[in-house]
Amino acid sequence: MNRDPGRENIPAVQKLRIQHAKRGPLRFSSHRDFQRAFERALRRARVPMAYSSGFSPHPKISYANAAPTGVASEAEYVEIGVVAPCDPVKLLAVLNDVLPPGLDIVDVVEAVTPDFVARLEASHWQIELPDLSFADLSAAVEKFLSQEEVLVERLTKSGVRTFDARLAVIRAEVFEGPECAILAVVVRHGVPSVRPDDVLAALTKVADLAAMIPPRITRLAQGPLLEDGWSVGDPFALDRATQV
Amino acid sequence: MSVQSVFPALERLLPLVQKPVQYIGGELNAVVKPWDDVTVRWVLMYPDAYEVGIPNQGVQILYEVLNERMDTLCERSYAVWPDLEKLMRENNVPQFTLESHRPVGAFDVFGLSFATELGYTNMLTAIDLAGIPIHSVDRGDNDPIVVAGGHAAFNPEAVADFIDCAVMGDGEQAVLAMTDIIADFRRNGSPGGREELLLRLAKAGVVYVPKFYDVEYHEDGRIRRVAPNQPGVPWRVAKHTVMNLDEWPYPKAPLVPLAESVHERMSVEIFRGCTRGCRFCQAGMITRPVRERSKTTIAEMVNNGLEKTGYEEIGLLSLSSADHSEIAEIAKGLADQYEDTQTSLSLPSTRVDAFNIDLANELSRNGRRSGLTFAPEGGSERIRKVINKMVTEEDLVRTVTTAYAAGWRQVKLYFMCGLPTEEDEDVLQIARLAHEVIKAGREVTGRKDIRCTVSIGGFVPKPHTPFQWAAQLDHATTDSRLKKLRDAIREDRAYAKSIGVRYHDGKPGIVEGLLSRGDRRVGRVIEQVWRDGARFDGWSEHFSYDNWMKAAEVALADMPVDVDWYTIRERELSEVLPWDHLDSGLDKEWLWEDWQDALAEVEVEDCRWTPCFDCGVCDHMGTEIQVGPTNTVMLPMPVIPSKVTVSSES
Repeated sequence: MNRDPGRENIPAVQKLRIQHAKRGPLRFSSHRDFQRAFERALRRARVPMAYSSGFSPHPKISYANAAPTGVASEAEYVEIGVVAPCDPVKLLAVLNDVLPPGLDIVDVVEAVTPDFVARLEASHWQIELPDLSFADLSAAVEKFLSQEEVLVERLTKSGVRTFDARLAVIRAEVFEGPECAILAVVVRHGVPSVRPDDVLAALTKVADLAAMIPPRITRLAQGPLLEDGWSVGDPFALDRATQV
Repeated sequence: MSVQSVFPALERLLPLVQKPVQYIGGELNAVVKPWDDVTVRWVLMYPDAYEVGIPNQGVQILYEVLNERMDTLCERSYAVWPDLEKLMRENNVPQFTLESHRPVGAFDVFGLSFATELGYTNMLTAIDLAGIPIHSVDRGDNDPIVVAGGHAAFNPEAVADFIDCAVMGDGEQAVLAMTDIIADFRRNGSPGGREELLLRLAKAGVVYVPKFYDVEYHEDGRIRRVAPNQPGVPWRVAKHTVMNLDEWPYPKAPLVPLAESVHERMSVEIFRGCTRGCRFCQAGMITRPVRERSKTTIAEMVNNGLEKTGYEEIGLLSLSSADHSEIAEIAKGLADQYEDTQTSLSLPSTRVDAFNIDLANELSRNGRRSGLTFAPEGGSERIRKVINKMVTEEDLVRTVTTAYAAGWRQVKLYFMCGLPTEEDEDVLQIARLAHEVIKAGREVTGRKDIRCTVSIGGFVPKPHTPFQWAAQLDHATTDSRLKKLRDAIREDRAYAKSIGVRYHDGKPGIVEGLLSRGDRRVGRVIEQVWRDGARFDGWSEHFSYDNWMKAAEVALADMPVDVDWYTIRERELSEVLPWDHLDSGLDKEWLWEDWQDALAEVEVEDCRWTPCFDCGVCDHMGTEIQVGPTNTVMLPMPVIPSKVTVSSES
């Protein structure tokens, strides 16, 4: 029997880092939905993608920290490898021409520094709660912040998991929004990752909050924690500074 | 007056349901037109889950054909899962379209495509959620015209109470003809309302309108006659046939969903119709004659479709794709064109011959040779003569052996159980065939890891086929026959590990049989079971045989007929069949002769390469066989350079 090793493909000559948003109704797309749409968009835009070798070659794409299904985002990150050098400005424009409105490319840089994913230290989430008052939410947040630890449960593939949702929250503020109260939180990434719905579960637990209408959640930013210890910076800053 | 989107109300429900992405629309190549700019507004629905409905070619083709008209807009809708249905009812959110999330009830025409009768309960859910009365007699001038299409529309009698009309055959020209009549009617101020519009559509012969036909019954339950009750309405309504597929190269811009679907590829239809003459196959009978698309049009559609969709797999579709007269050139041309890309080609073909393997080898030049599928359909030589599937055991073993020798590791074989005249022995022959296949395969490859999967479907007799008179096999006998087969394969110690068996129990087939050969009285059963909660009957986790049987008992209580009468009863030549007034072009006498030939185990050739055997279609419909060779050359498509690389200056 011939042990055909499959196809040998050209290695990548350049890597590009892409920041994209997931807006409006498109927030209901899952991470896998985005992957399919993105890969098709790359083909339609004729981006000279690098492919892995072997029997079922895959385009060289790495995805980092996808926001959950139903959550909007202004700051999702993807890295691609290409077999011919590409202009980041052109890539941004061409991809936006072929992606569905709502999956929008925000920024592109050439990857010239290592360890990008490690730079995504924390996320800044905005949570709009339509049937809560500013006062009730503020009281709940105050109570939550005063605790050392708030255990919450989440159903994972390996069963129900209990973990602390308090420690990862480094900042929480409440604003008055149009017909809603808005909670802004900065959450440090870790294992298990604390997601916005975990924070809401923790608030419900400590203050008996009962939100009837599902919240609208948006990731405003993710990146390195700045020197103040609670602001989220631009993860592309280092690539831009290192650019020759 | 413009109609508002229901999206704001729907959006609040979406975080509470499974896979919300299927309800948001936003597919690539979807068309959103201003509501007030057009005269006629269509909504097309495939009455199953989004993931099943979105790849449907029929809907995609008609969607484009309609949207190309200046005076028309067309949007789409799919069945909502029970979790969202419940929330929609609680919150008064109506059935909606995906383009603009407008309520289905606001459109002029509501078209539903039925590939299978098991979508009927989902149709009732959608009509009801849309706020449209479920019985056509209760609808008013402002309700949409509900029209059924697809293969099941060749006998829509079971849903005659719920639809306003049905279109048989190819939809491309039919939907345009309907739109012409509706646009004209509306421009003239809609004189005579809904009734007059339906009358115009019926008189033009474009659609079948059940309410313009009265059905009379004998005391024993058989139909006495079906006759028009309006002057000018034809006695028989004919199917539509598109001639020259090159003039209808749709879909030109296939819809690409965000959500995952059951077919993650682009499809190009390479021909329509089939005259192989398999007697069980309704599709082959009702889509005659064979009309090929030319290889140049196919190449253009593939290239253009890839460009517009970004898919990396192409499926070349038809009822038997290896039968295209120029398939070898098409396969080689496309394989050459896409050789250095990541694009892959597939050709769903189940022909049992060496040529089919050559094709499969060509299309898998770069890839792994994992599995090939063949469809002998019948287990014994005798039953294959009954169904007119001209494959000998020698053909089958030789073909499969050739496949193993060419590096294919897994072979799938399709069969049916419950065919007319079938005995246990005919089905048990499947075990022996599988044994022979593995034995020969091991010899030729010298390997033990080759596999064969036997996949068995229950046979359901369908209208407009030679088997339309046949008794369906009861589900208990089906199940026991399949169990005997499974045991026989298991007992074959040295081979059992290499042979997989897949089958379903016989119960869903009985419900499908009831619906496909049903008459208007079966509508009561559908309504009853739907009121009892039946939804998504094509899904084993939602389907309940017991609910259907209970509903049938209630609904047919005061009638001389029951489920057995519709399913396991053999019909006679003299019986008026519920679909006799619906004209597929097939001559009823020819069908009967073919049925008698089946019983006598006499085979019929394919009229593409033998003289006409008078099935009636071409003569009666004024159509003709359209096959190659075309003597044209398939040119390679130009390669367009990338716009993003640094070297390409803009």
